[in-house]
Amino acid sequence: MARKLPRKDVVIVGLGWTGSIMAYELADAGLDLIAIERGPWRNTATDYPPGYAADELRYRIRHELFLSPSQTTFTFRHKMSEAALPIRSWGAFMPPNGVGGGGVHWNAETWRFLPSDFVLKTHLTERYGVNFLPEDMTIQDWGVTYDELEPHYDKFEYLCGTSGQAGNIKGTIMDGGNPFEGPRARAYPNPPQDQPFGHALFGKAARDLGYKPFPQPSGNMSRPYQNPLGVRLGPCTYCGFCEWFGCGNYSKASPQTTVLPALVRKPNFTARDNSEVTRINVDSSGKRATGVTFVDAAGDEWEQPADLVVLSAYTIFNVQLLLLSGIGKAYDPAANTGVIGRNFTHQTTSDVVSFFDPAKFVFNPFIASGAIGMCIDEFNGDNFDHGPHGFVGGGYMGHVQTNGRPIETTPVPPGTPLWGAAWKKAVKENYQSAIKPGTGVHGSMYSYRDVYVDLDPAYKDRFNRPLVRITMDFHDNEIKQNKFLTDKFAEIFQAMGAKQVHKEYRKAPYDITKYQTTHLCGGAIMGSDPTTSALNRFLQSWDVPNLFVLGASAFPQNAGYNPTGTVAALAYWTADAIRSKYLKNPGQLINA
Amino acid sequence: MQRRTFLTLAAWLVGTTSLTRATVIHNRVPWAPHPNSAPEMVRPGPWQFFTLDEARAMEAIVDRIIPPDPETPGGKIAGCAVFIDRQLKGPYGSNQGHYTLGPHTKGTQEQGPQSALTHAELYRNALAALDKHCKSTQAGKSFAELEAAAQDDVLRKLESGEVKFETVDAKGFFSALLKDVPEGFFADPIHGGNIDMVGWKMIGFPGIRYDYRDWVNRHNERYPHPPVSIAGRADWTPAKS
Ligand SMILES: Cc1cc2nc3c(=O)[nH]c(=O)nc-3n(C[C@H](O)[C@H](O)[C@H](O)COP(=O)(O)OP(=O)(O)OC[C@H]3O[C@@H](n4cnc5c(N)ncnc54)[C@H](O)[C@@H]3O)c2cc1C
Ligand code: SF4
Repeated sequence: MARKLPRKDVVIVGLGWTGSIMAYELADAGLDLIAIERGPWRNTATDYPPGYAADELRYRIRHELFLSPSQTTFTFRHKMSEAALPIRSWGAFMPPNGVGGGGVHWNAETWRFLPSDFVLKTHLTERYGVNFLPEDMTIQDWGVTYDELEPHYDKFEYLCGTSGQAGNIKGTIMDGGNPFEGPRARAYPNPPQDQPFGHALFGKAARDLGYKPFPQPSGNMSRPYQNPLGVRLGPCTYCGFCEWFGCGNYSKASPQTTVLPALVRKPNFTARDNSEVTRINVDSSGKRATGVTFVDAAGDEWEQPADLVVLSAYTIFNVQLLLLSGIGKAYDPAANTGVIGRNFTHQTTSDVVSFFDPAKFVFNPFIASGAIGMCIDEFNGDNFDHGPHGFVGGGYMGHVQTNGRPIETTPVPPGTPLWGAAWKKAVKENYQSAIKPGTGVHGSMYSYRDVYVDLDPAYKDRFNRPLVRITMDFHDNEIKQNKFLTDKFAEIFQAMGAKQVHKEYRKAPYDITKYQTTHLCGGAIMGSDPTTSALNRFLQSWDVPNLFVLGASAFPQNAGYNPTGTVAALAYWTADAIRSKYLKNPGQLINA
Repeated sequence: MQRRTFLTLAAWLVGTTSLTRATVIHNRVPWAPHPNSAPEMVRPGPWQFFTLDEARAMEAIVDRIIPPDPETPGGKIAGCAVFIDRQLKGPYGSNQGHYTLGPHTKGTQEQGPQSALTHAELYRNALAALDKHCKSTQAGKSFAELEAAAQDDVLRKLESGEVKFETVDAKGFFSALLKDVPEGFFADPIHGGNIDMVGWKMIGFPGIRYDYRDWVNRHNERYPHPPVSIAGRADWTPAKS
C-alpha cells in the first residue's frame, strides 16, 4: 500500500525546463507545491566541474547524464504490420533524466516558430488548396497564435540570456537578423556569440548566393549576464564540450543556471529527486485528478495528493503516464478515433560533410559551442513557394560548429577505407580542414495517420509496466523535402570553396540507430476540438480539467526548428492562464 | 505494484550508483561535496579482462586497425587494447544500463541490435572463434603470429562477411572493433588509451583546454598549444629525479 503524503496545492511531475518554469510561476503566485523528479539533483559545481566535465567517452559516448534504457525504454516498428522490438541502447534520440532535464545537456539553440506554423492547416490549405496535402497527413492548427505567444517567448529568451541578432522588431526588418521571423517586441538580451572561421565563410557564401544569413539564437552566453530573477551566468568560453555535457562555466542556459537558484529559495517549494511517478490518480468520476503515485529509490511507493497536477515529464513520458492512468481516449489509427498517442512526430534532419584543401583552410573545429552558428531560413516552413516542388514543410540550415571532439568528429572523404593506414592518413589530413556541421539541415516532420504511439503488448519496464510502442516511418513528403533542402545546403558549401561535398540525405525507412535529435513531439496534442486533440489551447486536459500537460507532446506536428523556445513559451502561456484564469475559477477554461 | 518489483528495482539502483537515496529538497540548494564521482583513472598493469592469448590477438588487431607510421604510433602503443580491456571489465562490458529483457528477436537493421550477448561475451566468443579460424586455415598459427598482410586479409574477410563464425556474429564483432578501437585512440588518456595523447597530437586536438575566447576570432590560424588531458600534462608534473 502506498503511504500517503500531506496534500499540496500542486504536484509537478518532472523537473526539467517546463517543470522548473511552471514551478517558479506557481510558487510565485503563492501556491504550495512539490515537484517529483525521476533522476538525481544536479549542480554545476559538483556534477560537471570544468576539471573533468570535458570527458567525451563518459558523457557523449556512454551517455552518463541520460536515462538508461534499463530504467525504461520504447519499442519501435515502422508500420502496424511489423513486430515492434525494444530499443536496447539509445540511437535516434536520447531521453534526459534528472533535475534540469534536457536543459542540462542541450545545445541551447533557442528558436521561435514562424507565425504560419501555428495555423499550419489553415495556412497551407488557403495557399495551395486542400488537395496539395498528402491524403493521410493529419496536420492541425494549434489553437494558439504567434502573437499570443510572443510575450512568453520574450520572457524565456530573457530568462536564458539568449545571444542573437533580432530580425524583425515590431514589423521593422533588422539588418543581419532573420528577416523571416515573426515580429518581436524587443531585441535579444545579448549580442550574438563570436563566430569562428567556418561560420564567417558560410555567411559570406550564403550572402553571395542571395540569402540572408544570420547568427543562430544561442543560449550560450556571449557576455556575462544577470537574468530577471537575479541569477547570473558567465561568458561562454567556446569549450566545445557543450551538447551531451553539463556546462562547468555557468555559461549555458539551463534550469540550473537560470531558474532553479531562485526557485529553491521559495519556502512554498519542495522537490523530491530519484522518485518516479508511476500514475496520475483520478477520482471515481474519472474527471478529476487527485494527485500522483510515485516510487522512490528504495522502492517504496507513495501517494502525493494535490488539487492541481502538472505533467511535465517530456513528450513521450507524458503520453505514457496518460495512457497508463487511463486519462483521455487512446488513439486507434484503424478507426481513426481517440487522441492519446495521435500525431506523434520526430524530425527530418540531414547533413553535408565538406572537405577543403588542408593547405589553405584551418577551421579549429574544437573552438565550438552548442548553439553558435550561421544559418539561413529561406527554406523553412512556408517561407518559399512549395507549389512547384510537390511537398510541404521545410527547415533551417546552418553551419553550427558544435564540436571537434575526436571520437565523434573525425570525418574522412567518402570512399576512404574504414580502418588501416589509409583511414588513419585521411583522419589526420582532414581533421582541421573538413566541416561537419553540428546541425546541418534541421527539417520539419509533419503528422500522419499511421505515425503514433501506444502501449506495447509484449515488452515491460522494470516496474512491470508496458513500454511505449512507437510506430513511425518517413513519408514521401518528408523524403522530398529533405532532398530539396540538402541540395540547397550543399550549394553553399560548394560556394565556400570546398573541394568535395558529401550529402547525407535522410532516407526511409526511419532508422532508430542513427541519432537525429531528441525533438520528439505530439502524442497529447493541443487544439480546439476534443475529438482530435487531448488538450485545449491552454494545455489543459479536455477530460480532467485540473491536469495540465506541458512540453512538445502538445505540438500537433513538428516545425523545422528546435522545440524548446516554443515548449517554454507554452509553459509561460499556461502558467499565465492558470494564474489569471484557472485559480479564480478552477474548471474547464474552454467550453468545447 | 508488487513487492518483488520493488526489490528488483532497489537492487538495480544500488548496483548502478551510490547516489540513489531519494531526497527531499526544501529551502536549500542540496550541495554536497563530490556527489558526482570524479573519473577513475586507468593504471597500467596486468590485463583485467583478456587472457594472455586474447590480449596478444587484441594487440595485433588494434595495430592493424590503426597501424603505426613514422610519425604516430599505432593502436598497440597508443594503448587501445588496454582501453578495451578495462572497458570490457567495467560497465560497458556487461551492457550495464541497456534494456536486456527478452524475448530477443532479430528484427530489421533499423530496429537496432537485439542480441542477448553482452559486449564482454561478444569479444570472448569472437576471439576464441578467430583463434580457431586462424589455426585451421593458416597452418596452425594464431592471429598474432601472422604477417601483417595476412592479418589484414583476415580482418577484411570479417568486414565483408566472407568469414563467418559458428558461435557468434563475425561481422558484428568487426563493427564493435571499428567503434571501440578508435575510441581507445581518441578518448581522454585517463581511460587507458591515447597514451601520451598521441591520437590528439596526430590531428591537432588540444584536449580539454576549455577556454578559447582569445582564439575564436583568429580565423584560419592554426591553434598552437599542445593538448591537455583530464590528468594534466606530463610536463606539468615532471618526474622526480
Ligand atoms: C542532446 C540534446 C540536445 C538538445 N538541443 C536542443 C537545442 O539546441 N534546442 C532546443 O530547442 N532543444 C534541444 N533539445 C531538446 C530539449 O532538451 C527539450 O526540448 C527540453 O528539455 C524539453 O523540456 P521538458 O521540460 O519538456 O522535458 P525535459 O527537459 O526532458 O524534462 C522532463 C523531466 O521529467 C523527468 N521525468 C520523466 N518521467 C518522469 C516520471 N515518470 N516521474 C518523475 N519525473 C519524470 C525527467 O527525468 C526530466 O528531468 C536537446 C535535447 C538533447 C537530448
Ligand atoms: S561551449 Fe560555452 S556554454 Fe557550452 S559548455 Fe562550453 S562554455 Fe559552456
